Amino acid sequence: MTETIGLEHYLFLGALLFVCGAVCMATKRNAIGVLIGVELVLNGANINLVAFAHFNPAFEIEGMIFALMVIVLAAGEAAVALAIVLNFYNNHMTVDVDTAEELKG
Amino acid sequence: MTFSGEPQATKLGRLRLPAKQRLPMDDLQPLLFWIIALMMGTCAVATVVTQNIVRAATWLLFTLAGTSGMFFLLGADLVGTIQLLVYVGGTLVLVVFGVMLTAQGPFINMKTSGAEWAISAVVGILLLSVLVIGTSKIGHVGPPEKSAAARFQPTYTLASQREVRDRLELERGRGSIDEDQYYLAIARLDKEQVAQASYSAVIGRGFIGEPVGPVHEETVGKSNKTILVRAHYLLPFEIVSIHLLVVLIGAAYLARAKRRRRVAA
Amino acid sequence: MALFAFSFWALWPYLLAIFAAFILIFGFMLVSAIFSVWLERKVAGRIQDRLGPTRVGGKFGWLQTLADGIKLLVKEDIIPTSADHMLFRAGPYIALVGSFMAFLALPFGNGVVAREMNVAVFFMLAVMSTEVFGIILIGYGSGSKWSLFGGMREAAQMVSYEIPMALCVLVPVIVAGSMNLNAVALQQKNGIWNWYIFHDPFTFGAFWTYFTCAMASCKRAPFDLAEAESELVAGFHTEYSGFRWLSIFMAEYGSMFAVSGIANVMFLGGWSLGLPFEMTELFGSFLGETWGTIVGNLINVTVFIFKGWFLVFVMMWVRWTLPRLRIDQVMMTCLKYLVPISCVLLMGVSLWLLVVPQFIQAYFNWLMFGVCVALLVVLIRQWYSWASSVPSDAMPGMWRSIGVPGYQGAKR
Repeated sequence: MTETIGLEHYLFLGALLFVCGAVCMATKRNAIGVLIGVELVLNGANINLVAFAHFNPAFEIEGMIFALMVIVLAAGEAAVALAIVLNFYNNHMTVDVDTAEELKG
Repeated sequence: MTFSGEPQATKLGRLRLPAKQRLPMDDLQPLLFWIIALMMGTCAVATVVTQNIVRAATWLLFTLAGTSGMFFLLGADLVGTIQLLVYVGGTLVLVVFGVMLTAQGPFINMKTSGAEWAISAVVGILLLSVLVIGTSKIGHVGPPEKSAAARFQPTYTLASQREVRDRLELERGRGSIDEDQYYLAIARLDKEQVAQASYSAVIGRGFIGEPVGPVHEETVGKSNKTILVRAHYLLPFEIVSIHLLVVLIGAAYLARAKRRRRVAA
Repeated sequence: MALFAFSFWALWPYLLAIFAAFILIFGFMLVSAIFSVWLERKVAGRIQDRLGPTRVGGKFGWLQTLADGIKLLVKEDIIPTSADHMLFRAGPYIALVGSFMAFLALPFGNGVVAREMNVAVFFMLAVMSTEVFGIILIGYGSGSKWSLFGGMREAAQMVSYEIPMALCVLVPVIVAGSMNLNAVALQQKNGIWNWYIFHDPFTFGAFWTYFTCAMASCKRAPFDLAEAESELVAGFHTEYSGFRWLSIFMAEYGSMFAVSGIANVMFLGGWSLGLPFEMTELFGSFLGETWGTIVGNLINVTVFIFKGWFLVFVMMWVRWTLPRLRIDQVMMTCLKYLVPISCVLLMGVSLWLLVVPQFIQAYFNWLMFGVCVALLVVLIRQWYSWASSVPSDAMPGMWRSIGVPGYQGAKR
């Protein structure tokens, strides 16, 4: 273990969040659970971006602006995804993603 | 491994802002990091493991709050605050709202089979090990010379920024500094503002199209003249605005009340 | 502890400082809540033409809240069988933490703040918006229909009212050029006419709009649909008792003081008493910087707390005066009126700063201040003239409504 908290610590944390999110997307059958997984993934990426910004003084502003864009787009994505989920629920009376199989050949 | 890319020092030392003091945040950083990181890790795993969707959202709440804590530790107060406002106050409430609108009974469970769990766990562990090995390759990167959280100037407002900018403008008008020096001095000012954790103003100026990025040289024209260039972020800002408008209309269209179609028996 | 490569012994001064700040803020929240509950009962009593608490702890019932608190602490702690235990337990504390965190960035005096931030007011709004998640969990986790309805209403209401509230806070932020609450308050020092509420017509409008939204976001009547006892028993906290119920109410009273604090700092000069000097600077000039700061800030903190409590009192006054709205009226008030109004205010203040000539801007606050004082004088004069001319045969407490068309009241 190193003396101070360095960039790699934040990157490990970001990696953990990313993997948790990916597994969450894969295992949850509830459509909203999948959405929760996506949020986790985006947060892992955001931690990386802000950590890079902090540890590389030349790109302090860039990292934060990138993170801000990710947050805003994630909010938009969540709104659209929930609208789709509601539509799905209206048509199928459930939010189980395994029932969305009409397009299966 | 070190980074370089600080803007070059100018001779305009007297135009610098007052000296900064060191705050205890730096010494506390490791302790706070470990506390928040352990909390986040536990909650992220709990989000995945739990079968109840509202509980998953609650664990996600703690993870997101921890993320914003990490942003505060990294000196990114603005991003941390926006994280809290948008994610916790907006997106998560929306998610729970969605759960309430789509629940057939209270506390819905949708079980995942053991085989799915096994496959996902294996893939997840593989992915994690790839990422961890890749990250280990870069070795230890210590904090930079200055720590943003440590250098906060309390009464540093837009007015005092304007004052320094006006003085620079004046110097340029008199001809005592040339264009490049002026440009570098402005860049230096931005850097110092960022170092004092007052960068929300710098980000805002970047969004309205003023150059705020790192200074680099660029060759233009046929005469091979080099000029100093900095990036601005007007275009991403505009794109995001239009994107949000489209999302607003799209979500309202998709989620509007419709007559429910019967599922064919 | 070689693993973590830091020594707890080297850090103890910082940890002590953090602990002291925590105790101070939490203690203030507790005392403020105790005082506010007592005030609420007294105010409600007087408005409803009765006395309120009179027995416990002397003539004015000073210790009534303490007695209530002890009663709540020894109450049976019930968790319904149909509740989701984890969410039921976690909800109140999430709400309490959201309310507590807001105080971290709130300056009580010149530099008297737990952590001074460049984005302080934004931070306060953000953490207070996390409180709503606690309320939703309380509503959902209780496993009761009343609670669920209360939680849903609360979610819809809070998410909607956040928008005009944030827009109204942006109005003085644009004027001040900073989101740092300490800096914003210091720009309003040296006299009541420098307060941002008098800066221009738009900040004046923004104050009232903000205060309306703030009342709604604290779920106070007339916007307390989440706990409407006439339709939903007690709304989201129907199933709660004992300490968790206490936490919910500490969160509510805490956030009432916090939104009042924002209103104070952004519009009403913060800790300024309205006098043409700043206390720390005044005492600093003849006591030296250190003692001047300490003595001046003691006055500042007292002034700030009493100004905050005054705004809390106004919220109570409104609560016990106005009837509750319906949920659709609550949403309509926000989406059809408050959001457009706050957008107009935001555009207006930007144009004001850009278009209106400097000399008008520099003297306009005097005009605003003068008009407000004149209106106040007229109001007080009218008030006294009404009160003295109550006809003896009219209903007691009823004032002659001057200028109401069709009024056929008793004539002298």
